[in-house]
Amino acid sequence: MNESTRDAFDQALDTREIRGRSLYIDAWHRLLKNKAAVAGLVVLVVMVLLVIVGPMLSQWDHEIPDWDHSSTPPSLETGHLFGTDAIGRDLFVRTMIGGQISLLVGLLATLVSLIIGVSYGAVAGYLGGRVDNVMMRIVDAVYAMPFMFLVILLMVVFGRNIFLIFLAIGAINWLDMARIVRGQTLSLKNKDFVEAARACGATEAQIIRRHIVPNLLGVVIVYVTLTIPQVILVESFLSFLGLGVQEPLTSWGALVNEGTQELETAPWSLMFPAGFLAVTLFAFNFLGDGLRDALDPKDRL
Amino acid sequence: MRSPVLKVRGLEAHFRVDAGSLFRHDYHTIRAVDGVGFDVFPAETLGIVGESGCGKSTLARTLLGLKRPSGGSIEWLGEELVGTREEFLRKKRREIQIIFQDPSGSLDPRMTIGEIVAEPLKTFYPSMSKLQIRERVIGILQLVGLLPDQINRYPHEFSGGQCQRVGIARALVVNPRLVVCDEPVSALDVSIQAQIVNLLKDLQKKLQLSLIFIAHDLSVVRHVSDRVLVMYLGRVMEVADRANIYHAPRHPYTRALIESVPIPDPVRERARARRSLQGDMPSPLDPPSGCVFRTRCPFAIDRCAAEVPRLELLDNGNQVACHRHHELPGEPWPENGADSKETSAP
Repeated sequence: MNESTRDAFDQALDTREIRGRSLYIDAWHRLLKNKAAVAGLVVLVVMVLLVIVGPMLSQWDHEIPDWDHSSTPPSLETGHLFGTDAIGRDLFVRTMIGGQISLLVGLLATLVSLIIGVSYGAVAGYLGGRVDNVMMRIVDAVYAMPFMFLVILLMVVFGRNIFLIFLAIGAINWLDMARIVRGQTLSLKNKDFVEAARACGATEAQIIRRHIVPNLLGVVIVYVTLTIPQVILVESFLSFLGLGVQEPLTSWGALVNEGTQELETAPWSLMFPAGFLAVTLFAFNFLGDGLRDALDPKDRL
Repeated sequence: MRSPVLKVRGLEAHFRVDAGSLFRHDYHTIRAVDGVGFDVFPAETLGIVGESGCGKSTLARTLLGLKRPSGGSIEWLGEELVGTREEFLRKKRREIQIIFQDPSGSLDPRMTIGEIVAEPLKTFYPSMSKLQIRERVIGILQLVGLLPDQINRYPHEFSGGQCQRVGIARALVVNPRLVVCDEPVSALDVSIQAQIVNLLKDLQKKLQLSLIFIAHDLSVVRHVSDRVLVMYLGRVMEVADRANIYHAPRHPYTRALIESVPIPDPVRERARARRSLQGDMPSPLDPPSGCVFRTRCPFAIDRCAAEVPRLELLDNGNQVACHRHHELPGEPWPENGADSKETSAP
């Protein structure tokens, strides 16, 4: 290209800056083309709004029984849309409150595992060598511990406390996160652009912050969307065993537990919480799958 | 006589590898770079050629301090770099920069072109204002032939040649004195190779840069270099001026390399007597005794196995590490010597 044509090009383009499309914007567009993922996302947004707004709109409270109606089926006349449980508490409100707790546990426990897992894994992977070896053997050792037994033990010793559940679940889930992040870091740290950053005079801390962590983000986002439903399920399981949240607070798992006990007399008290739980888990999994395809690390990394 | 900007003497870069099984360690040392020495003068291009795995890239990384040398000395503008603190080396990297082989792999896919080129400025000149950085980045992008409106684009939106231009811009943005080009064109199409090589030559003239140009393609090296260094298995085989290395190569390995360059004329190419090198390069884990090239050298004698040849300075200015360089015929492959123009680069 000679100088005059280049000048002509410059003028034609009027030196306007073109906004580049970052990998995330690209991924977002790919995600929007995936119908299942979009449906999952919509369901989740609706679900979150519903469990927050729902209890406010309802005339009932999740603790106070309606003495006139115990174990009544869903009906518009009584105002109990999902019916009531054995002692007359409104199941709609209880399902919403249960949803709040389940989603909260899912988010917070995942956040705990995210923070521990990413920092642990990134450090192990980046430093490598003996440090990596020791750190990952610790992970293996913790992995070998019987998780349920550990949680049950914690509950028995410290009492049933919702924050303890966050902590216990998060403290177990970070292991997977650490392994994934470590693997990703190992492959990232040998990339030329890390070497280039070092040649540019960047310190190790700057390299981790500017180059390693942003490039981990895609994988981590995908894993988070797949961890949240897993955590919700674990919490439900604990609640089902009677080790989860404490009355009068409730969660989907606890509601399902109550529902199964009244399955023959009041099937609706199982159907609604179980349905909400299943739909949410489906939505998370569809979204996670969609994100994984959209952010496909094989594609660009 | 000009004084060199970079003086390398007896440089060694070794790797320790564990060839043992799960339960037993069996450490070996790979001498990727073994006693390499050369000078680089201001505004000069030193070409470094050799087969894959001969230690070219390790040499480049060692010069930058990205790999710690195991021995020897690197003197930069009169200052010793080997054995100094990391902090000191980091400062020196403003003056010695590198261009990588893989154009897109050396650019962070999550950063815009502007951010990538600005990164060295941010680390070396923390006090620079955003506006100053931006002006400098735009200036350097124009210098390497990119449009300033591409500053917010991402590497995956560029072709290989454009990515390599970004890599060059990143290396030049801090005004280095020496740029190490580690096979900058090997991953590019031939037509793009010519563009990038010529760009480097232009920039060298404009900015009075010294270049170390590493490649395995002799014709490219011939096009850009003032002097050429031939490496084999981590050692220097021959150092000579461009004219001498192509017209009067003295080392058998250099001759074999030059013979391997195809002539872009099918009739003469077919007629040419080809005596290509036999066999593969020996494993660097277990290099041959004496002269490392002797296992593939048609002229090897007993002495070659017994004694490591030193780099000798000849009358014509060539430096050769071969016991028999004076006995060997001067012009063994006349086709190449006589028709040098046609073997030349893009």
